Amino acid sequence: MCTVRGLVKTYPAARARRGVPAAPAVRASDGIDLTVRRGELFGLLGPNGAGKTTLVRQLTGLLRPDQGSVRLLGHDLVRHPERAARLVGYLGQESTALDELTVALAAETTGRLRGLDTRTARAERDAVLDELGLAELAGRPLKKLSGGQRRLACLAAALVGERPMLVLDEPTTGMDPVARRAVWAAIDRRRAERGTTVLLVTHNVIEAETVLDRVAVLERGKVIACDTPAGLKALVADEVRVELVWRTDPPLDVPEVAALHEHARAQGRRWRMRLAPEQARAAIAAVTGGPAFAALDDFTLATPSLEDVYLALGGHAEGTEGLVKA
Amino acid sequence: MTAVSLEAVPSDGGRTAPAPDAEPAPLAPGARLLPALGAVYRAQLSRARVARIPLLFVATFQSIGIMVLMRGVVDGGSEARAVVSGSSVLVVAFVALNLLAQYFGQLRASGGLDHYATLPVPPAAVVLGAAAAYASFTVPGTLFTAVVGSALFQLPMVHLWVLVAVVPLAGAALAGLGAALGLLAPRQELATLLGQLGMSAALLLGVLPADRLPTLVSYARDLLPSTYGVEALARSFSAHPDWLLVGADLGVCAAVGVVSLAAATWAYRRATVR
Repeated sequence: MCTVRGLVKTYPAARARRGVPAAPAVRASDGIDLTVRRGELFGLLGPNGAGKTTLVRQLTGLLRPDQGSVRLLGHDLVRHPERAARLVGYLGQESTALDELTVALAAETTGRLRGLDTRTARAERDAVLDELGLAELAGRPLKKLSGGQRRLACLAAALVGERPMLVLDEPTTGMDPVARRAVWAAIDRRRAERGTTVLLVTHNVIEAETVLDRVAVLERGKVIACDTPAGLKALVADEVRVELVWRTDPPLDVPEVAALHEHARAQGRRWRMRLAPEQARAAIAAVTGGPAFAALDDFTLATPSLEDVYLALGGHAEGTEGLVKA
Repeated sequence: MTAVSLEAVPSDGGRTAPAPDAEPAPLAPGARLLPALGAVYRAQLSRARVARIPLLFVATFQSIGIMVLMRGVVDGGSEARAVVSGSSVLVVAFVALNLLAQYFGQLRASGGLDHYATLPVPPAAVVLGAAAAYASFTVPGTLFTAVVGSALFQLPMVHLWVLVAVVPLAGAALAGLGAALGLLAPRQELATLLGQLGMSAALLLGVLPADRLPTLVSYARDLLPSTYGVEALARSFSAHPDWLLVGADLGVCAAVGVVSLAAATWAYRRATVR
């Protein structure tokens, strides 16, 4: 239903200006192929700068691809980008167009601009604000709200005026758990009742694992993997994630620790590694039993997450936190 | 949306077979021009109540201050009419040209235009709605300035009703110009700068009596759309206004308004599709 083939988008190189160094041309979409099925909750996962937002901007008609095709529900969006607005409800990262409006007026106006008549727009506005628990904030301007509340208000605006597809760019950023639950409940309801397809941009691995049907992992403008979260995790299922935290410097004079050092990605006093289960058992025995134990502050053993999948696939995110931005 | 059915919702992690795209899905209706314009207008008006009222005071006091200053220099007659009408229309220039240029410049720089660009709304509705709202904000300030100025320079107020035509027409011309500047400026700071320059031009060329300006500057004055609003208002202060000339001035305002709003709509289209 949403098919992307050979999508290429290059941002031209920028000349240096005072205080701003020159930037080389960036291939933000580098031959992307994707198929999102009808009714699916599909995620785009990747670190900052992987090209997630560039991709969704091409799917919503905001950005013209240099090459490739985008078909959505039988419509060619490269040739007719203006049709995207009539097929897709979009939640972008910016709220500046709505900031000075009250929550209620932001939702109502957006509904009106989606072609609803006044009465329908108001009815939908009230329903969505109730559904997201925003009724009490209805009279407050968006810019007076906290980051998470403002995000929720923008989502409310995106949901007024039904669309067969929702494209949500990091919808839950800054939200508390209550608001997050309201968001997922609202999305689930639309999928169950109307078969809405949802394309979600996220770099929150935990959220991606729990809510998504399928996920495409993006890295430097390319899709490096695309499967169900469980399917992706099966790629590293024969491994265990081990984390060690040392009190001070790691005791590299202990041979077992020195051997582990080769597998570990060190970040300060924290070591992370993926090991085969028997190797992991041996490693834990070595660091908790022998002379190394005195230097050990903490350790964890866990099954791999999508983060490990990303790294196993050759992800190059800066810093070991990689994808997670909870 | 009959084509989307419940059975397509995968609960098994997305392994359902992809639905064929034989029939293109029906498109949701787009927003029509007038309802969308109304919605934008209403939203902009409410924004202004929150954010723009202090600026309206600034605009009005600036104009009144100028008139008080000029009272020491000008002693009645055509010069007094020019000062009062120039100061009144200056309120329109401040809000419709300067503030609207800043607003669209900021909206474009921050990515706020995406919001409108992803809604099925005619570009003209966004531009005209915002322009109309900004022109509306100027009504109380312009009226107040004109009344205070008339009292200050002992001008007749009987024909002040002509403001009913001057404010919307000069407003349209200046707001269109402001919106176009804001949307075309490559950077936000440039939009602000151009808006300020436009307003300064309206101030100098509108308030200073025309017959005291050097020839070159008076040509620039003829190019500025607000000039014709100023002239129309100035003519209406005489005991027996020449309504034909007033109408001609307002006609120029209207024509410039149409052109500048069309340019602003074009600029909006250009700014939203990349």
